[in-house]
Amino acid sequence: MFGESFPLLSLLIWLPILGGIWVIIAGTNDQARPIALIISLVTFLLSLPLYLEFDITTATMQFSEQFSWIPTFGIYYHLGIDGFSMPLILLTTFMTVLVIIAGWEVIQYKVAQYMAAFLIMEGLMVGVFSALDAMLFYVFWEAMLVPMFIIIGVWGGSRRIYATMKFFLYTFLGSVLMLISLLYLHYQAQSFAILDFHALRIPMTAQILIFLSFLVAFAVKVPMWPVHTWLPDAHVEAPTGGSVILAAIMLKMGGYGFLRFSLPITPDASRELDWLIIGLSLIAILYIAFVAIVQQDMKKLIAYSSISHMGFATLGFFIAFRIFDHTGSMDMNGGAMAIEGGMVQMISHGFISGALFLCVGVLYDRLHSRQIADYGGVVNTMPRFAMYAVLFAMANSGLPATSGFVGEFLVIISSFKASFWIAFFAATILILGAAYTLWMVKRVIFGSVANEGVAALKDINLRETVVLASLAVAVLFFGLYPAPMLDVMHQSVQNLLQHIAQSKVL
Amino acid sequence: MQNILLAIVLAPLFGAIIAGLFPVSRCVAHSVTIVGVGLSFVLSLYVFKYIVMGGHEPYNQTVYIWLSSGGLNIQVGFLIDSLSALMMVVVTFVSWMVHIYTIGYMHDDPGYQRFFSYISLFTFSMLMLVMANNFMQLFFGWEAVGLVSYLLIGFWYTRESAIFANLKAFLVNRVGDFGFLLGIAGVLMYFGSLDYAQVFDLAHQGHQQNTLVEIIPGYQWSIITVICLLLFMGAMGKSAQFPLHVWLPDSMEGPTPISALIHAATMVTAGIFMVARMSPLYEMSETALSVILVIGAITAFFMGLLGLVQNDIKRVVAYSTLSQLGYMTVALGASAYAAGMFHLMTHAFFKALLFLGAGSVIIAMHHDQDIRNMGGLKKYMPITYWTALIGSLALIGFPGFAGFFSKDAIIEAAHHAYQAGRGGAGFAYYSVLIGVFITALYSFRMFFLVFHGKERMDEHTRKHLHETPAVITLPLILLAIPSVFIGWLTIKPLLFNDFFGNAIWVTEAHQIFEAAEYHGVLAFIEHGMMQLPFWLAMAGLATAYFLYLVKPELPSVIAQRFQIVYRILVNKYGFDEFYQAIFAGGTRDIGNNLWKTGDLKLIDGMMVNGTAAVVGFLSSVVRHLQTGYLYHYAFTMMLGLAVLLGVFVLN
Repeated sequence: MFGESFPLLSLLIWLPILGGIWVIIAGTNDQARPIALIISLVTFLLSLPLYLEFDITTATMQFSEQFSWIPTFGIYYHLGIDGFSMPLILLTTFMTVLVIIAGWEVIQYKVAQYMAAFLIMEGLMVGVFSALDAMLFYVFWEAMLVPMFIIIGVWGGSRRIYATMKFFLYTFLGSVLMLISLLYLHYQAQSFAILDFHALRIPMTAQILIFLSFLVAFAVKVPMWPVHTWLPDAHVEAPTGGSVILAAIMLKMGGYGFLRFSLPITPDASRELDWLIIGLSLIAILYIAFVAIVQQDMKKLIAYSSISHMGFATLGFFIAFRIFDHTGSMDMNGGAMAIEGGMVQMISHGFISGALFLCVGVLYDRLHSRQIADYGGVVNTMPRFAMYAVLFAMANSGLPATSGFVGEFLVIISSFKASFWIAFFAATILILGAAYTLWMVKRVIFGSVANEGVAALKDINLRETVVLASLAVAVLFFGLYPAPMLDVMHQSVQNLLQHIAQSKVL
Repeated sequence: MQNILLAIVLAPLFGAIIAGLFPVSRCVAHSVTIVGVGLSFVLSLYVFKYIVMGGHEPYNQTVYIWLSSGGLNIQVGFLIDSLSALMMVVVTFVSWMVHIYTIGYMHDDPGYQRFFSYISLFTFSMLMLVMANNFMQLFFGWEAVGLVSYLLIGFWYTRESAIFANLKAFLVNRVGDFGFLLGIAGVLMYFGSLDYAQVFDLAHQGHQQNTLVEIIPGYQWSIITVICLLLFMGAMGKSAQFPLHVWLPDSMEGPTPISALIHAATMVTAGIFMVARMSPLYEMSETALSVILVIGAITAFFMGLLGLVQNDIKRVVAYSTLSQLGYMTVALGASAYAAGMFHLMTHAFFKALLFLGAGSVIIAMHHDQDIRNMGGLKKYMPITYWTALIGSLALIGFPGFAGFFSKDAIIEAAHHAYQAGRGGAGFAYYSVLIGVFITALYSFRMFFLVFHGKERMDEHTRKHLHETPAVITLPLILLAIPSVFIGWLTIKPLLFNDFFGNAIWVTEAHQIFEAAEYHGVLAFIEHGMMQLPFWLAMAGLATAYFLYLVKPELPSVIAQRFQIVYRILVNKYGFDEFYQAIFAGGTRDIGNNLWKTGDLKLIDGMMVNGTAAVVGFLSSVVRHLQTGYLYHYAFTMMLGLAVLLGVFVLN
């Protein structure tokens, strides 16, 4: 559909950003909604060729664009995607459309700015996933915080200032250390190209320091224990749309960072410190699951559930070294399965956590409470909503035939190759994940009508149905047929495994 | 063939979607699902005939590749051999009967369409489970039936007890599935595949037979044993074996048709089916088989005892189901997989019959389920009475009835294993033997209390007592027929004629019936009537007759006398309270502690806000330097200059 040299990625970045600016200028609330919807829809449709014309037989960067940007420092405007970034970009463009629709009636205050913030953020997030120049990446990475900061700060709940400050400081402090590492790498490679970084040989001590500095930046984003406490606060205060984007896409940037930076640039440090990541991942899976069980606030519960589920992504990314060691060979197959499992987990979690936050949003819009105790017996008055809520809850519990199962399944069966006990602790998600999710469902959805508020609830309207149904289709489709999602990753994963299987110590 | 198989699984799914997602009338909902499941049944019969009677090679084909990752293709496909063909026929037949029965049972329920949707979805899931040709799909079906069970136990979602029971059922099953998934991971790691055919081929060749693993440092375990026990954990959850049995009695909160279909005839037997399917693996591990024997024996014996003190008609049948599942498990442990499958099949018919009969009684009693309020129902409900009698006789193993053959085979197998000196077999043999007495006692206790003796119901109920409509009695009659005949029709092929062929594999040392001589049904019955189990069953029946019809005041005297035992039984050995306190309560305690101490106090309190406090403190100190007085600054500059000079000079 598009020629070789068509700057599709740039279009996907700048169309929503410029569109967002136009929405602000165009001004009125009534116009802002349809304009924003059209822009996001067009962006989504334009992102489809990334999948349709994606060459799954190669790990080289595709849809590349490169212009000199700041020649003095050798900084390029360099874009391109592989099997890791492409699915995440599609996830971004897809979720943005849903978020715009979800905010249609709910947001009545500064509608244009609200819509614009999401569009601009969409462009910046696509930028993060497609940037191949470290500085460009860093600019998108930091810039992306601003719209989110505004979204929580302006349209958020009562403690929004505390939450935004915590969110901003955590993520900002994390990335400052990353910047230092990037400058060091530039000094070594005489280039800011990320692919040049991949080719570097770096002394062990430096690798460890770089690894740790990346770790801080990415661990905050994922988030990993113990730098996760900003997330529940941010989610609780954020408006529904903000929570959806935060959970569905922003968290994925941490995982993406591990794949794009930590593993290929510092493979030896990764191998040396894999126990740290594995340990933190298992803590996330177990500890956070226990914490999720006792939450009284639905959004907090889902936020903790997100942390727990993201533990599977980080576990999958770093388990490969243990598989190499334990099977006594370079078992690329086990490693590939683990990394692909982590990637699938990230994408699927995007759908499921987004859907769950949207479900809470549906309830919040009606009763203005997120407390589990304020609900009960919602199924009596909102049967169609209950159907979706139970489906997404089951997906969150990792039920087969939903996308939630695929990633967990792959990570658990491949981590068994590394160690029985790692698989053992990871598999507790089967019990704990079901426990916190379904216990919430029991208290909120089932039972007899708890109070007058619930008795007066109206079932979801067409707009809400469209949003939830599209996510339901995605969750079921990738649960029943995950092959297409994995096929696009195979080459990139093999390429990554080649990088980490060899030493890059100078 | 593939199209037929696809039609078999998709017809119920189609029915479920139509009835569940579209606003259809009641008539459309039950028509579309009944036709769908009926079609599945007819086609399953055809497949059964084709594979089993036609003597065709087992069918093993991939439908599509679910995913490929790390050099492994995980498929969705079908393996149809005599084992799966048998299960398909049993599942679709019982399901079909239950569909028809439901028209009557759920007649006044506002969730009519939803109910049909669920039970059709269940049929689809169960078929996917039994027809799978790989572990992933097995796990899919396994969890999908769990989902439907969850939805159906909580069908009446406004009842607190129902939504408690369904959460409990799902979580207890998840504990089993936790082990099951690890077992699957072990299979993948040590056999390099998730495909049945490949894994079983390797197992036949003794692959990994001598591999030892050290999971707990210092203890060497055979990997096959570890895998088998992990997989068996799944069976313990799904087939409600001790100590994961606690969910099944509570599952009776669901409507009666699903108690019959899911929690008696089909889903709960999935664990039995799974172990039989995995026989090539289990045969490699004596240890695993011994564990299975013991677990099965405990379940068979101790759960049967609980049936003696229950007063809810459905719970009596539920504990009976637990006990019978224990029998099947004992058969598996004794390597008599065929006998286990045989009992699975006969039990599916007569237990579905008993549940549906209980449902019929419940309708007549206006949803009163307490057997203490019943009595003398015989004259009001003749069809229910006679079919329940057939079901009870089949259950206690009265000679000639279905259960007689299969239960005798299991006791025979346990005896054989005992003589062969297999671990745990002695305990298992005596458990299932005494279990026969208990089975007869609780079955006929219920039977006599419900259908004979004094009419204890209130006047209003008595006036309205009458036989239930044809949609309810017809399935009872149709299920009563196999409950009588299926045993002696199928014992020869199932046990003695190598019906299962390569589907079930038993090492030569473990073979029992294959080696035994068979002289026909009559000889088998004649032989059985001279054996201990028959007399134990008769003794149980006679005891029940004496206690509940001749001297009905006696049972409460006995209960008084043996207060302690009675209390233990009524409290179900205290498992519910124990689990509630330790697991449910413990989990919440851990969660609260981690959250309040870990997250709020340590991380947020000390690290995050602590950092903020330290920064605040430092800046409050540093602030004193910025006094605004010029001479302070001048002094600082001088001091700095002096230090710098000093450094230079000293260097």
